[in-house]
Amino acid sequence: MSRLSAAFAKGHPSLVCFITAGDGDTAANLDALVAGGADVIELGMPFTDPMADGQAIQEANLRSLGKGTKTADVFAIATAFRQRHPDVPLVLMGYANPMIRRGADWFADECAKAGVDGVICVDIPPEEDPDLGPALRGKEVSLIRLATPTTDAARLPAVLDGSSGFLYYVSVAGITGKQQAALDSIEQALTRLKSATELPVAVGFGVRTPEQASAIAKVADGVVVGSALVELVGRHGADAAGPVRELTAALAQAVHSAR
Amino acid sequence: MSATSTPANSYRNQPDERGHFGAFGGRYVAETLMPLILDLEKEYRAAKADPAFQAQFDDLLEHYVGRPSPLYYAERLTEHFRQQAPDGNGPKVYFKREELNHTGAHKINNCIGQILLAIRMGKTRIIAETGAGQHGVATATVCARFGLPCAIYMGSTDVARQQPNVFRMKLLGAEVIPVESGAKTLKDAMNEALRDWVANVHDTFYIIGTAAGPHPYPELVRDFQSVIGKEAREQIMKAEGRLPDMLVAAVGGGSNAIGLFHPFLDDPDVAMVGVEAAGHGIATGEHAASLTGGVPGVLHGNKTYLLQDEDGQITEAHSISAGLDYPGIGPEHSWLHESGRVKYIPITDQEALDAFQLCCKLEGIIPALESSHALAALPQLTAEMPSDKIVVVNVSGRGDKDIFTVADALGVKL
Repeated sequence: MSRLSAAFAKGHPSLVCFITAGDGDTAANLDALVAGGADVIELGMPFTDPMADGQAIQEANLRSLGKGTKTADVFAIATAFRQRHPDVPLVLMGYANPMIRRGADWFADECAKAGVDGVICVDIPPEEDPDLGPALRGKEVSLIRLATPTTDAARLPAVLDGSSGFLYYVSVAGITGKQQAALDSIEQALTRLKSATELPVAVGFGVRTPEQASAIAKVADGVVVGSALVELVGRHGADAAGPVRELTAALAQAVHSAR
Repeated sequence: MSATSTPANSYRNQPDERGHFGAFGGRYVAETLMPLILDLEKEYRAAKADPAFQAQFDDLLEHYVGRPSPLYYAERLTEHFRQQAPDGNGPKVYFKREELNHTGAHKINNCIGQILLAIRMGKTRIIAETGAGQHGVATATVCARFGLPCAIYMGSTDVARQQPNVFRMKLLGAEVIPVESGAKTLKDAMNEALRDWVANVHDTFYIIGTAAGPHPYPELVRDFQSVIGKEAREQIMKAEGRLPDMLVAAVGGGSNAIGLFHPFLDDPDVAMVGVEAAGHGIATGEHAASLTGGVPGVLHGNKTYLLQDEDGQITEAHSISAGLDYPGIGPEHSWLHESGRVKYIPITDQEALDAFQLCCKLEGIIPALESSHALAALPQLTAEMPSDKIVVVNVSGRGDKDIFTVADALGVKL
């Protein structure tokens, strides 16, 4: 069983945590996520133009790039993480251009060598899959696609085709950060998605507190938290590991015991 | 919006059904936007086939925009270049006078087309990005004309240096939203407009200002702007009884250029030159010449030539012309560049400034700094051309908006 499949087969809902690579003490923060109880880690690849992100993650991207973070640094962080945590799934999340700059095959190869389990690319929809999908699948790295409130029944099969690991449900039409989706709309969407796929479905965008996470975990296989964690890194700089671990632990407790 | 058939080896049959111009173009957007983009494409196909849509577009271009724009023989500039060229050389130079359009540039052609599409799709709110403010003013104008609320995203750097256009937009009833991220210029304004759109897809139409972005934008912007080339074709036939030997236009995103070029792409005897902004010079790294100094990548919904580093991070563009100050270019230009059909050359800030002043003094026309790049390319392009040749330059906009920038560059205090 793959690390991602195992993470969603623990008998309780899973907590998926996002931080941006190269922002703050990333290795310490990743360890804090694991220690706090995160089941899956999303490591953000910084990009100059994060169109789908709200202010918190935009700023994290700029902080990271401002410190001179390179693609090679992102893979070095991932490689070191894999050595420290052989069993915790690690997913890279980011935008197309840094991923395909040296060619999709190069990127997929680096992912495989670094022990990266999956990739979420915000701006490569199924229509442009040839740019990245075949290379990742060839290296058995999961391509994790996003479904949104605007993904209708006609499109859903195309979104699911070629995706693996889990399905990321973006609960609001919007950017990462502050808005929250109504719980009943999430529940309806999950019913629709679960009837179309056997993949676990994790719900993200706008989830900030243990209370929200618990409510979503009652109906979803996983809950994704990003901006709230990234804000802690922004606020505490190199000393964010403590607060990150604290929030992660509270979220994990809420998610794992939701049902 | 030509529906005429094209030969199999045509340069005019792009993009393909997936929105690709060869290796470029496409639909690189977040999933939230995909259904809307597909819907827009469907609606555009329907509009294109609807004579009533075309009739309303044509009527507005004639009576509201003031089309056709004249094709003008620039006699004194022609004489000036002939004096500089080797004996007997120096073609006749014609201006396609898009600067005489309502709002002062070619931008309005596209805005008319897109707002008609927005209304057709039942959208009730308009957003747009703007650099120099020309597209913002054109968008605010059509929104006032059709009574739709409109939000214009503009980098705060551009807001500061383009105050007259900011005030124009506000007079026209638009909300101007300063963008504080990144370098606070056009690229960042586009990011912010995309963030707005993704959060308001249900009621909002994004009027993109150039022939770039996700499919079908590059195609529909080109089609709306092709009125420039179609008119120029008829006008030069009337004036000279034949097609021109060369077309010249400035290229930022590339909408004025593709609008002029596209109707001539299958005429092998018509050479075409796109002029990129070389800023302080290509070698300095401070420029906006994506084709000369960039490599292919993905940004803002399309695959195209981009200014970027070895990790795919987008680098800041520089040009004295705010309308060319963008690190990318429309995907059809990337394809025309690689196919060799159109030649692209760089022109520096200084060369553009010199051409700006020359055009003012010799023709009594104050050209936009964008268009001044095209004018600045003429000496090098025409020195070897005999005097019976004909060149058409797109004077895409007027330079009233640029007088503060030019005064500053010339050390004049206004």
